[in-house]
Amino acid sequence: MSVAAAFFYLFSAIMIASAFMVIAARNPVHSVLFLILAFVNASGLFLLLGAEFVAMILVVVYVGAVAVLFLFVVMMLDVDFAELRQGFLQYLPLGSMIGIVVAIELVLVMVGWTQADAAIAPAGATVQAGVTNTEALGLVLYTKYVYLFQASGLVLLTAMIGAIVLTLRHKPDVKRQVIADQNARTRAGAIELKKAPSRAGV
Amino acid sequence: MTIGLTHYLSVAAILFTLGVLGIILNRKNIIIILMSVELILLSVNINLVAFSSFMGDLTGQVFSLFILTVAAAEAAIGLAILVTYYRNRGSIAVEDINMMKG
Repeated sequence: MSVAAAFFYLFSAIMIASAFMVIAARNPVHSVLFLILAFVNASGLFLLLGAEFVAMILVVVYVGAVAVLFLFVVMMLDVDFAELRQGFLQYLPLGSMIGIVVAIELVLVMVGWTQADAAIAPAGATVQAGVTNTEALGLVLYTKYVYLFQASGLVLLTAMIGAIVLTLRHKPDVKRQVIADQNARTRAGAIELKKAPSRAGV
Repeated sequence: MTIGLTHYLSVAAILFTLGVLGIILNRKNIIIILMSVELILLSVNINLVAFSSFMGDLTGQVFSLFILTVAAAEAAIGLAILVTYYRNRGSIAVEDINMMKG
């Protein structure tokens, strides 16, 4: 067994085991940590496939951003997670039945699939020798798929604006600095002269 | 023995099945459901990258980048909705989310 095969089995075994632990762990924090482990091992699989850029992006985006976001939310919400786990065994027969059906269907597809000749011919972005994976991806991404690239940027912008709009909360009883109000003040509105009679005090 | 396309497809299929199973088993915990969706998207990514690598075409990797983008956006929006919901109702149990009686 070659080294690459050994690493394939190592990465996929750890990934599948941690994916199982994601759905089976009692503590959601452990679930998130196992999710991180699954993603790291998946990026190892991507490295074995020669997709270095996607592997590194997987680590950066998922482990660096999405998983930390999950961890933040899980730790911030004060929820009794033991209560949420009730019914796990109740759903187990139905769940395993559906899981087995899905698995059988996927196995049937995997065993029976053939490749049409027409599917190979129009492959527009063939891998060239001597070009690194990142460079080749950039050459394709910024030329052929530039509109999709911009559209994915728009998706991220929408997600950012949506997340900010959803979670931003203005407390009504907090005093804030309003620059426009400050600039709109005039001497007439700000200063009030009172006529005080002499020797009588205010 | 060499590792072929079928090996990667099998791993992705197992991962997909685990994700579906996670959605069904943890029906009350929406955070675990979101994580299961991430697992499913990861298995799709593995399929795309495996096909891309074994057919010598970079399109699969480009699309896996787009899937990554959409998954990140989905996680951000989903968790934002979750935080807002928890702030309003004090619970994140899935069966409590029935205000609109849909």
